Amino acid sequence: MKSQNERKRTFLLIAIPILLLFFAFNTVPLIRGFIYSFTNFRGYGSFDWVGLRNYVDLFTDTRVGNSYWFTFKLALVATILINILSLIMALALNSKIRFKSFLRGMYFIPNILGALVVGYIFSYIFTYILPAITHAASMLASRTWAWLAIVIVCAWQSIAMNTLIYISGLQTVPEDVYEAAALDGATGWNRFRYITFPLIMPFFTINMVLCMKNNLMVFDQIMALTKGGPAQSTESISYLIYNNGMNGGQFGFQSANAVIFFIVIVVISILQLRFLNKKEEQL
Amino acid sequence: MANQNILVKEKFNWPVTILLLLGLFTVLFPLYMTVIIAFKQPSEMTNDVIGLLSFPKSWSFDNFREAMRVTDFWRSLFNSFLITAITMIFSIIIHSLMGYAVARNMNRSKFYRFSYFYIVSGMFVPFAILMMPLVKQTAQLHIDNMFGVIILYVVFYMPMNVLLYAGYLKNIPIALEEAAHVDGASTWTTYWKIIFPLMWPMHATVAVLTALGTWNDVMTPLVIMSGSGVNTLPLAQLNFQTQFGTNYNLAFASYLLALLPMLIFYLIAQKQIINGVINGAVK
Repeated sequence: MKSQNERKRTFLLIAIPILLLFFAFNTVPLIRGFIYSFTNFRGYGSFDWVGLRNYVDLFTDTRVGNSYWFTFKLALVATILINILSLIMALALNSKIRFKSFLRGMYFIPNILGALVVGYIFSYIFTYILPAITHAASMLASRTWAWLAIVIVCAWQSIAMNTLIYISGLQTVPEDVYEAAALDGATGWNRFRYITFPLIMPFFTINMVLCMKNNLMVFDQIMALTKGGPAQSTESISYLIYNNGMNGGQFGFQSANAVIFFIVIVVISILQLRFLNKKEEQL
Repeated sequence: MANQNILVKEKFNWPVTILLLLGLFTVLFPLYMTVIIAFKQPSEMTNDVIGLLSFPKSWSFDNFREAMRVTDFWRSLFNSFLITAITMIFSIIIHSLMGYAVARNMNRSKFYRFSYFYIVSGMFVPFAILMMPLVKQTAQLHIDNMFGVIILYVVFYMPMNVLLYAGYLKNIPIALEEAAHVDGASTWTTYWKIIFPLMWPMHATVAVLTALGTWNDVMTPLVIMSGSGVNTLPLAQLNFQTQFGTNYNLAFASYLLALLPMLIFYLIAQKQIINGVINGAVK
């Protein structure tokens, strides 16, 4: 009895301070952000309550609208591109190749490098190297193509990580499944479509959700490559909140933007999980 | 074992091996370019591709010396190292304790079940919504410095790490602790003597994931420590970008210096890093 109490007390003494720490630096700022979203706070000085005006303005603000359009376009295209290429890479790196561990090690390098510095390096490639080869203007200076440059840089780094997850997925598929499939005459694409892919579906789910979430929060690459330009065509939601909220005197307004962004991320993650889980059960 | 050797010798998939080796170009080209430009002098930079990518006339370290001076390299490196190391140690201690408290009580106590979901749901909160309130909060508490950044990291990585630790602890039988209890050891002692050492594989995963994230992070130190003159390695690249001007050789020497510590670390601990990342993503 005495030792039961001792155990309970120890657990409470562990949990309560940690919960308080988490509450103080995660929940408190979340609530404060929510409160600021109903004010016209500029980040300094006094402010007034404006009710839901920030939220109403959000839906009519073209700059905010553009940032959502850009971020979704980028996240969707990058997520699809990354997952297709990662799957191909994982299949290749998991086949009977020579120098297997060397190749796997090399292809993982992009993932350990800082996104900002990688962004600067690619910025140079887009600005000087590619135009020198193609004799065309830099992609980064084009309102039509700058977003694609950012997709490429995001993909370059994320493919490494997603490939690794797919490889560990492929390794969970037992060899005799393939042998049985071979007896039934399933080879090549059919084998992938009907045997391999269904079996690694849980890994596909993880990759899609993680990748989409990361891409929706894109920031470092924007900071290094375009700073939102040209003509605000590559302003991601995170970048806009940072830029206008911290330095542009829109603390209150961008707080409202951040609240909506938070809801969007939660809804997309839940939808993705539910949709992909359903598919998993069917197979 | 012998059987396996025969199988391996039997046939390698050479076409895929060769394609993968050629594909390494996409990973290595940006790194090659970084090294080459970092060693060159501005006068060697012509506008054609060959001029940009050929070897430098002499391999001099002048650019690196200058870049170190301009960006105060050693201090930034030290700050990055300090932040990453302390965050890592605190994460392992605090998050494993919380994971322990949660995992051992979740089944019988609503309080711990709630605590678990409360902390893990923090994973969906984007930094963008916390950013602006946290700037105010850290300034009010006078922790708008490295100490504050470390506290924030410990809070931000808590959801993922508690999830990992709690999942891992489910596989460690409670009977071990009960035996120690019978011998009169307190819960606290039992944890440090028996449970904590048993969790080494998870500690390694948590250490790798937390370290990779904090070492390369730009956004948190950028908003929390801005104006304090204290730089981390990535932050120094951002803050000195204007000082490099059009001297790309100096800039690339600095980028290379910023990438090197992680590259060297990866070279040494490649296996641990890759295993850590897989463990974290798949669990």
